[in-house]
Amino acid sequence: MENLLEQYAQIVGNEVTDHIRQLANPLKGARILHVNSTKEGGGVAEILNRLVPLKRELGINADWEVITGEKEFYQCTKKMHNSLQGDRDDISSELLAIYEKTNLENFERLKDKLEEADIVFIHDPQPAAFLHYCTGRKGKWVWRCHIDVSHPYRPVWKYLREYIKGYDASIWSLSSFAQPLTHPLYLIPPSIDPLSDKNIELPENVVSEFLDSWGIKKDCPVITQVSRFDRFKDPIGVIRSYRLIKNYVPVQLVLAGGGATDDPEGSQVLQEVKAFAGNDPDVHILELPSDAHRAINALQRGSDIIIQKSLKEGFGLTVTEGLWKGKPVIGGDVGGIKLQVLNHYNGFRVNTPEGAAMRIRYLLKHRELMEAMGRNARQLVLDNYLITRHLREYLTLVVALLLGSEEKIELNYPAH
Amino acid sequence: MTNQTFRILDCALIPIATGEKAQNLREFRDLLKKIHSGSIYYHFWGGLLHPHFDDPEFQNDFAVWASRDLHDPKLAEQLSIIDPNIYKNVEDLRNEVVEIIEERLSESDHVPWVKAGHEFDFIRSQIVIFDTGISYSDPEELIVSIPGMSLGSIFFHFIDARRRTQESKNDFSVWLKGFGDRYSGLVEDLDAIDPYFTTLNELRQEIHRVYSNSLKKASNGKSA
Repeated sequence: MENLLEQYAQIVGNEVTDHIRQLANPLKGARILHVNSTKEGGGVAEILNRLVPLKRELGINADWEVITGEKEFYQCTKKMHNSLQGDRDDISSELLAIYEKTNLENFERLKDKLEEADIVFIHDPQPAAFLHYCTGRKGKWVWRCHIDVSHPYRPVWKYLREYIKGYDASIWSLSSFAQPLTHPLYLIPPSIDPLSDKNIELPENVVSEFLDSWGIKKDCPVITQVSRFDRFKDPIGVIRSYRLIKNYVPVQLVLAGGGATDDPEGSQVLQEVKAFAGNDPDVHILELPSDAHRAINALQRGSDIIIQKSLKEGFGLTVTEGLWKGKPVIGGDVGGIKLQVLNHYNGFRVNTPEGAAMRIRYLLKHRELMEAMGRNARQLVLDNYLITRHLREYLTLVVALLLGSEEKIELNYPAH
Repeated sequence: MTNQTFRILDCALIPIATGEKAQNLREFRDLLKKIHSGSIYYHFWGGLLHPHFDDPEFQNDFAVWASRDLHDPKLAEQLSIIDPNIYKNVEDLRNEVVEIIEERLSESDHVPWVKAGHEFDFIRSQIVIFDTGISYSDPEELIVSIPGMSLGSIFFHFIDARRRTQESKNDFSVWLKGFGDRYSGLVEDLDAIDPYFTTLNELRQEIHRVYSNSLKKASNGKSA
C-alpha cells in the first residue's frame, strides 16, 4: 500500500514531497507535541488529524494531546475567542481563575511529555498558559494562533499576552493578525487535506444520494454555507441574502453546521437561525455531527455556489474547501477570505446581505463564468493551500528553531 | 558549486511578520527607512513564491498597497515601475522607494490614510535551500533539465542569485563563465533576460528558450 506522502505526490507532484522529505531528515526522532482543545470539529482538529500521522511517517516522533475542562472553562475560552476577534466583552476574574486552574490541571497531566518534547505547538488560547507552569522544559515552544486577532479587545489580549510572550515563536494565519511580540512571528496559512473524507473526489451518485436524503432538489440552484452556528458567520445575513435572491431566481439555501465540543454558544445561535428561517421549504438547515465529513464533501460538491458571509474569520477553511471543489465562493471581506477570494477571479467578496444577493444573482445568470471561476478556484488551492505546503512550512519553522538559523537555512543533502 | 559542476538547488521562502504596520503614507515612509533589509527584498521578490492570483496588476507589494488600499494610482504606477535589478544592493533600492514616497508626500496637501484593517504589514522571510541531488558538468546537458526545474529552483538560481553573486548575476551565467569564452553568447543572452514583470513559470520558459536558441546558434558555427 502506498504511504501517505506518495499519495499526496500524485496530487501535488514529487517536487513538493521531496522538499518535505529533505526538511524532515534532520528532524528524524525529534519529539514534537501538539496540544489543542478538541479532537473533533473545527479546522484545527482536522489539520492535526492528518499532520501528525504525516510527521510520523517522516520519522518524526509526533504526538497530539487534547486539553479537557468543565463547562465554565469552555465558556471562558469562548469569551476569549470572541474578545480576541474584537468583541468588547470583559471576562470575570472567576472565569479567568477557572482558565488558569484548568490549564494547571492539564499541564500536570501532560507534564512529562511537555517537558521532554523538543518542540511543543500550543494551538489557540485554550492551553496557552501551559508554558507558564512548565519550568523544566527542554525544547522550544511555539504558539499557533488560528483566529483573527487583528483588532483584539485589548484587556483580554493583554491578559493572554503575558502567557504568549515567553514562547520561542508564534504562528499567525495572516500578517494582519500578527500582534507585536519580541519572538519571531511566522506567517503560515492553514490548509486542507485533499485525501480526507471532506475533500476527496466523490462519485456523482454519492453526491446525489446525499442531496436526496436532505430533500434538496436537483433542478434548482443550491447555495450553501457550511459553518458552525456562530454569529460571526452571519447565518441570519445569509438568509436575508437568500430572500433577496428568491424573488428573482429560484434557489435553495443550505446552512450546514457541525458542532465543535469547545463551542457552547452553538445551540443558541442554531435556534435563532431556525426561528428566522421559518417554514420555508427551500431553506435547509442541516445539523451535522462533527464527523460528517463525507456529507459535507457531497454537499459542497452538489452546490452551485459556496457562500461564507463571515463578519469575522480566521482563515476560512470552508472557503478553501469550496474552492478546491471548483466552486465560486461568495465570501465576507474579512480575514483569510481576502487572501483566497478575488472579485471576478474565483468569486466575490461582499460586505452586506445585499452585496451577497447581487453577486449570486449575477453568477446564476452567467453560468459560463461560474465554470471559469471554478477552475481558477481549484488551481489557487492546489498551488497554495494544501496540507503539503502547510507541513513544509511547519517543518521549516522547526528546523529554523532547532538549528537557530536566522535568514538562511541550507539543507545540503539529496532528497532520497 | 564549482566552476565545472552546476548543482541544482531549490528553495522556499517562509514569511515572518515584523510587527510593523503603516496606516498612512508618512508612517509608511518612516518605517521604510528603518525596516529590516530582508523586508524590502521580500516585498519586491517574495510575491513570486507566494500565494497570488494570476496576472497581478502591479509587480511589488508596495505598489499593490498604494493602489488597492491607499487608492493612489499615480503612486502605484511610480512604485510599480521600479526595477529592483538595476540597484547594486537593497539599500539603494530602499532609497529609491523612499525618494518616490517623499516626492508624493510633498505633492499632497494631506497625508493619505487607509481604513483600519488595510494597513501595510511589513514582512521579511527566511529562505530554505534544498539540494535536489542533481548536478551537471556539461552546459549542453543542463538544458534538458530546465523545463522540469521547480519554480523554487528558478527563483533560487535566477533571482536570489543576484544578492549572492559578486556581479549580481544569475547562477547559470556565473557557472558558464567558468568555461571561458566558449559560452559568452549564451551568458550575454541570459544576462539580458528581465526577471521582473513576469511569473516564475514564464521566466522558466524564457530561460529555456534563450538557452536553446543560443546553443543552436553555437552548433551552427557561431559562439554560444
